[in-house]
Amino acid sequence: MDVDKYIASGILELYIAGILSEKENLEIANYAKEYPKIQKEIEAIEASILELSRKASPGYNYSFAALMNRINGEVKVVDINEKRSSPLLSYIGWAASVLLAVGLFWMYQQNQDLKSDIEVVEKQNVDLEQQVADTDSSLEQTQELLNTLRDQNISVIALGGQAVSPTSYAKAYWNKKDQKVFIDAKGLPEPPDGFVYQVWSLKLSPLTPTSMGLLEDFSADENKVFSLNNPNESEAFGITLEPAGGSESPNLEQLYTLGVVATS
Amino acid sequence: MQLDLLVEQFKKKDPSAFEKLYSMYSENICGVINTIVKNDALAQEICQDVFIKIWNNCESYNSSKGRFFTWILNIARNAAIDEIRSKSYKNDKKNLSADYFVGILQHKQEDENTTVDTKGLKNMVKNLKEKCVQIIELLYFRGYTQKDAAKELDIPLGTVKTRNRSCISQLRENMAVR
Repeated sequence: MDVDKYIASGILELYIAGILSEKENLEIANYAKEYPKIQKEIEAIEASILELSRKASPGYNYSFAALMNRINGEVKVVDINEKRSSPLLSYIGWAASVLLAVGLFWMYQQNQDLKSDIEVVEKQNVDLEQQVADTDSSLEQTQELLNTLRDQNISVIALGGQAVSPTSYAKAYWNKKDQKVFIDAKGLPEPPDGFVYQVWSLKLSPLTPTSMGLLEDFSADENKVFSLNNPNESEAFGITLEPAGGSESPNLEQLYTLGVVATS
Repeated sequence: MQLDLLVEQFKKKDPSAFEKLYSMYSENICGVINTIVKNDALAQEICQDVFIKIWNNCESYNSSKGRFFTWILNIARNAAIDEIRSKSYKNDKKNLSADYFVGILQHKQEDENTTVDTKGLKNMVKNLKEKCVQIIELLYFRGYTQKDAAKELDIPLGTVKTRNRSCISQLRENMAVR
C-alpha cells in the first residue's frame, strides 16, 4: 500500500471526526497497527482537534470525586412489593408481550437491513462523485495545456534523438514573449534511479550551454509536459541525463535529444 | 500504547482508569460542547452528563467506533445538539445554529466573565479561511457526514475530504508555530 497517498487522501481526518462507517474504522485501526507512519499521523490530527477544543473550553474543573458521587447516587432502587394479579390475566399478558417482542424484533431486523442497504448506496455515491471531481480537475489541466500550446507567440522546436538514444525525441514550445518553454518529454525513456533530465539552452558559436532546469518527478507526471523559464536568446535546446539534482554543465555523452531553433 | 491499556481497564469499569481518562479529556469535551451551546455554565453541566453516560456505556466502546476520543466526541456532540434542539433552549437563545464556533469569540467580547482562553482560540484560528472554519465546525463539532457537509457548504462532495485535510494541516501549523 502507498502509505503517503493514503494519508494524503484525507481519510484519517474523517476518521478522527468519527463520520466513517464501522468497516472503515476497523480498516484504519488495522492499518495504524501495521504502519507506524499512519499511527503517528492519526495522533497528530487528533492532537490538533484536542488543542482546538481545549481552547474553546470554559475551563472545566468539576472534580472527579463529585462526578463519581453523582454516578453512584443515580443507581435506582426498584420496588419489589408489587401486588399479584390473577394467573390467567398474567398468562395473557405474558403471551401478548412475547408476541410484541417478536414483532418488534422482526421490525428491527427489517430496519437494520434497509439501513445497511442505504449505507452501501451512499458509499457508492461518494465514490462516484469523487471520481467525477477527479476527472473534472484532470480535464481542466488538459484544457489549460491545450490553450497554452495554441498561443500564437509559440514557436515549436523538434528535438531529435542523439547517439545515446536514437529513438528518443522531444518537443519544445517556446513562448518568447512570456520567456517560457514547455518541454513535451513523452518521447524520452524513464530516467534510471538517481538520475534526472536537465534541459539546456544553447548558443551555437561559441557553444555555450545555460541550464534551464530539471524535469523533476518525471515518472509521476502523467502528461510529461514541463514548464520552464527561459530568458535566454536560445539558438538550440538540448536535454541531457544528469545525476539527481542536476549539474553545472551538461554531460554531452549523455545528450538524449537536441534541436536547433529555426531562424526566421 | 499506554492509552490502549487505559481504555481496556476502563472498559472493565476500573474507576482509576476512568479518572485518568477524565483528566485527559474532560476539558476538551467541555470545549466541544461549548462550541455548540456557547454558554459556559450549560456546557459544564452537559459535560458532566456526558461523562456519566460514557461510564455507564463503557462496554460498548470498541475500535470499530474509531479512536477513544472520537467515540466520546460523538457522545458529547450528540448530547449538546440534543440540548439546543430542546424546547427550553430554543426560547432562551434563537438562531444559534447559524454561527460557527468562532462565534464564541464574539459572544465573549460582550460577556467579560468568561473563562474561555479567547486569546489562545484566536491564535489557533487566526489565518484559517472562513471555509476552513466552516468545514471543521461541521465535520468535527456537528458530526455532519461528507454528503451533508457538501450540501451545507454548496461544494462538490468530492472536495470535502481534500479541503478538510488542507484546513487541518493549517491548524497543525498554527499549533506548531506557537
